[in-house]
Amino acid sequence: MESREQLINRLQIKSYQIRKNILTMIHAAKSGHPGGSLSITDILVALYFHFLDIDPINPNWKYRDRFILSKGHSCPAWYACLADRGFFPVEELITLREIDGRLQGHPAMTKTPGVDMTSGPLGMGLSAGLGMALGLKLDGINSRVYVVLGDGELNEGMVWEAAMCAPKYKLNNLIAIIDYNNLQLDGNCDEVMPLEPLKTKWEAFNWSVQEINGHDMEAILDAIDTAQKEKGKPSVIIAHTVKGKGVSFMEDECDWHGKAPNDQQLLDAINEIESHKVQEISL
Amino acid sequence: MITNAKAIATRDAYGEALVTLGDLYPNLVVLEADISKSTRTNKFAKEFPDRFFQFGVAEGNMMAAAAGLATTGKITFLSTYAVFASMRAMEPLRTLIAYGELNVKIAVSHGGFTPANDGVTHQATEDLAMLRVLPGMTVIMPADYYSTVALVTAAAEIDGPVYLRFTRDPVPVLYKPENEFQIGKGIVIRKGGDVTLLANGDMLHIALEASEQLESKGIQADVIDIHTIKPLDTDLILDSVARTRRVVTIEDHQISGGLGGAVSELLCESLPTPMRRIGLQNTFAESGQYNLLLRKYQMDSISIVNAVFDLMK
Repeated sequence: MESREQLINRLQIKSYQIRKNILTMIHAAKSGHPGGSLSITDILVALYFHFLDIDPINPNWKYRDRFILSKGHSCPAWYACLADRGFFPVEELITLREIDGRLQGHPAMTKTPGVDMTSGPLGMGLSAGLGMALGLKLDGINSRVYVVLGDGELNEGMVWEAAMCAPKYKLNNLIAIIDYNNLQLDGNCDEVMPLEPLKTKWEAFNWSVQEINGHDMEAILDAIDTAQKEKGKPSVIIAHTVKGKGVSFMEDECDWHGKAPNDQQLLDAINEIESHKVQEISL
Repeated sequence: MITNAKAIATRDAYGEALVTLGDLYPNLVVLEADISKSTRTNKFAKEFPDRFFQFGVAEGNMMAAAAGLATTGKITFLSTYAVFASMRAMEPLRTLIAYGELNVKIAVSHGGFTPANDGVTHQATEDLAMLRVLPGMTVIMPADYYSTVALVTAAAEIDGPVYLRFTRDPVPVLYKPENEFQIGKGIVIRKGGDVTLLANGDMLHIALEASEQLESKGIQADVIDIHTIKPLDTDLILDSVARTRRVVTIEDHQISGGLGGAVSELLCESLPTPMRRIGLQNTFAESGQYNLLLRKYQMDSISIVNAVFDLMK
């Protein structure tokens, strides 16, 4: 039996691998979104390598947990996790955005095994997730629906339509996680469209709200454990993150929202991730 | 063929059909956005409260939630007015439901001019064009009570997205209970041979009126119910037009993109034919009585007759 400490260590090591794969695939595609992919990596690793009850052999298994990446542009992180879990070969990752490929520039449920819902245009994923949660409840299936949203995405009105609706149906099987790196395309969230007080907003909409450091693996595990125990309402986890996390020259830089690294940048980034990894394990 | 003076709004037929289908399919759910009394989903809500989801005035959220519900194996019907489904909620409709090939039936009331005196804001006169352009979408406007019941039932039987458009106001009952209807198969209501009149929805009985006026002037018209504009019944249309060599499309919609657009595209490529299109001529209408709107915007039976004369010159 894996101890909590061993679990956390295993997930942290997995995060390094996923980060390297994200950068490698975006480099190969010569386009894509590294910043937001790196900021959600630790959250996705916790979900895909610990929480989600899924079956790579039978991706449409009726009783599976569902995952929606509402901020679909960060799909390299999702694809890297799905490949590592065996939904398709890891070698396929470098076909990201290629013609005749299965890994579309934004997630497409008809193309990619393991993708439960199409996304990309912002603001629709929470609504789709609540529809899934309603369907599962109706069938008496105890699976859960996880939806990862961006912070800039919360500018979209439909997010708040869904926020109003989910508590009405007491969807405790719906867990939203907000990737709050505080950067959107045109600048800081505070400048583009202030979100604060964000926790108060979700509480006012009658959600169970937690606020964590989205790169602290123990905090992520604890928050999702807590959300799973919620009985009467949906949960939202506001995860404070760093855009470009793990690669110093990408961190907190708007420029790395939607730009591919060149050959040298990829090398530098991978070397840096490797050096972090060595430090972590030697602790 | 006008068998009956009785008139029933097709939204009423939809509301009744849903209750029957609710019994037939335990996995059928209905989503609504605060107008269940008007779309007639209130009957289903009363019979099957556990499978009825009230979203309030939030059509976008409802459309995207329908996509999610469909992925859990539900035959998902959602209802609102045609204007709201086709515009406010268009992005989830296109990107989640059509692209995702999901089993959602967008069943909408207040098609075309039928919410007449509500004005342009509530008249759906561009929706068929918007829906028809979506790959994989089936687009239907039934003409009367019996065809509505049959086509709603047929829509529930296929696995994929369908747009069904109904009338607010009563329209004459044209068919009989024993008539059969198939999605994508038009129905020849009247055989003539001089001109082909293609119509659907609330305009079908007006096309029939026009055909009677034409007959009194010695012109025999084919009248065909094109209840499904996508997929279009190309064989049936080409067969009739090859004989008559003249065609008029008649629809409660802009003349672009809907029935007139679909038939123009077909004939341009396969059988270039002199043609006129009855519908809104690239303009918005206004509030007013339904019949007066049809007259003012040249969509009444006299306008159809005039279009045919124009073609006969």
